[in-house]
Amino acid sequence: MDTWTPSQRRLHRFAVFTACCTFLLVIAGGLVTSTGSGLSVPDWPLSYGKLMPPMVGGILYEHGHRMVATFVGMLMIVLAYWLWKAEERRWVRILGLAGLAAVIVQGVLGGLTVLFLLPTPISVMHATLAQSFFGLTVIIALVTSPGWKRVVPREMPVADKTRRLALSVSGILLVQLILGAWMRHSDAGLAIPDFPLSYGQMLPPATDAGISAVNQDRLAGGLPPVELSQVWINFAHRLGALLTAIVVLSFVLHVLKAYQDEKRLREPAIVLGLLLVMQILFGALTVWTGKGVEIATVHVAVGSLLLATSACITLRTFRLFTLSQTEPEVSTLAQLSRS
Amino acid sequence: MRALPLAILLVLCTAASSAGDVSGKVLFHGTPPKPFLLMMNADPKCMAQHKGPVYAEDVLVNPNGTLRNVLVAVKTGLPSRKFDLPGKSAVLDQKGCQYHPHVLGVMAGQEVEIINEDPTLHNVHSVSKANPQFNIAQPRAGMKMSKRFEQAETFKVKCEVHPWMGAYIGVFTHPFFAVTGDDGSYTIRNLPPGDYTIEAWHERYGARTLSVKVTGPGPATADFTYEAK
Repeated sequence: MDTWTPSQRRLHRFAVFTACCTFLLVIAGGLVTSTGSGLSVPDWPLSYGKLMPPMVGGILYEHGHRMVATFVGMLMIVLAYWLWKAEERRWVRILGLAGLAAVIVQGVLGGLTVLFLLPTPISVMHATLAQSFFGLTVIIALVTSPGWKRVVPREMPVADKTRRLALSVSGILLVQLILGAWMRHSDAGLAIPDFPLSYGQMLPPATDAGISAVNQDRLAGGLPPVELSQVWINFAHRLGALLTAIVVLSFVLHVLKAYQDEKRLREPAIVLGLLLVMQILFGALTVWTGKGVEIATVHVAVGSLLLATSACITLRTFRLFTLSQTEPEVSTLAQLSRS
Repeated sequence: MRALPLAILLVLCTAASSAGDVSGKVLFHGTPPKPFLLMMNADPKCMAQHKGPVYAEDVLVNPNGTLRNVLVAVKTGLPSRKFDLPGKSAVLDQKGCQYHPHVLGVMAGQEVEIINEDPTLHNVHSVSKANPQFNIAQPRAGMKMSKRFEQAETFKVKCEVHPWMGAYIGVFTHPFFAVTGDDGSYTIRNLPPGDYTIEAWHERYGARTLSVKVTGPGPATADFTYEAK
């Protein structure tokens, strides 16, 4: 059994701290979009030509986000350096470098989205990378933990199926987060103002005439007019939520049934299920409150927790069990995770 | 050959003298929505400029039952020619952390002067589609900038520092537009004789159109009606 040295303990704790701060950064970024403050500071990297502008109105959110991002960037530099110097496993050192690259790209994307007035593709990339980066910091915290290193993999007949399901969960969650970011950054969060129906129907309007009709009502109700594309990206996110719920619940039920004695999978699977319920609830509340700032931000934050949790579970399915039948596409990951 | 310029001048003078005005009111029927109270406490310098509560300007119904801030303009019927630009700039002022005026009509190519009179900082963000968007900082009182919009459209200008701040600029290729004020009336002056479609546009209630015929110097009338929903 490996001994966990004080140095490794400090490194793991620092990785946990970095992950926690990154979660706060996701919330801070979510608040920028939820409050519509993304362009309250027109310049970048300075803010109104200063390091510290007056923190009034939307500047509080936008510049506050920049400050938290700078802090997380510095944490990630330290973490990547620390991993490079102290970590024996090459793939973990590479994870550290990947985190460093991600935080640099993320900063540049954040600057570009301000300078180019929030173009949807860049904003979507910024939002998606934010949640993926958070997942990466959680993974680094996980693989530097003593529990990860002490695992003795055992044979499990259904492990292959579990891994496939876990990968499906992570994949569909990532797609759903991209859809959510796309909806949010194309100003389509309330393109369908009711839930669970869409303008009182199972399907939203699909023609220009239908959109014209709903736009009259939207204008009178104080909502801005929408375009067909906004309505359908919103609907795609709803359909995505349904599919995600089916896949996640299937996975959770599978784990609860097949791994009654493996709490290292059961517990995070239960957490994943609870997060899913919470996420659907906050998605509905986001619509019902007309995109309430706190509600919409919690929806973003829980989305990132879902992705991070599923990523951890997926890695654990590779770490905890030996392959009953080696397959080329998973064997490399399995080999990596055994170290 | 000297007769030709004189003849052209005569024709232009005749046309000008036969031009007429289109005027009317924009009526509002029904119960107006409850005014939305603006919470300016996000910036104490904004709040300090107002002694009492400040309300949103999206729906302002005048005491005489008319609607304010409606942009009324000729939509179709004008001859396809280039019209002269007005001699002076249009002004969009930021004062009390609100835009003045709330709705502004300008000609394509006309200079628009955007001024910050507030002792706080604003960003000026145009949410235009046909014209290039911009987002420019005005961090100090007294700052001014000039913009020209070449394409006809109506778009929003907003400040993300103070999310309640919003104004609309209507850009037209002609000078035949007006915005209703505190009596809900408008007048579009010096329209050449002809058949026109006049469009009224309100940020909350959308567009309405009416046909009107201008036959000469006498006034033509076109009253619009919006219903509360």
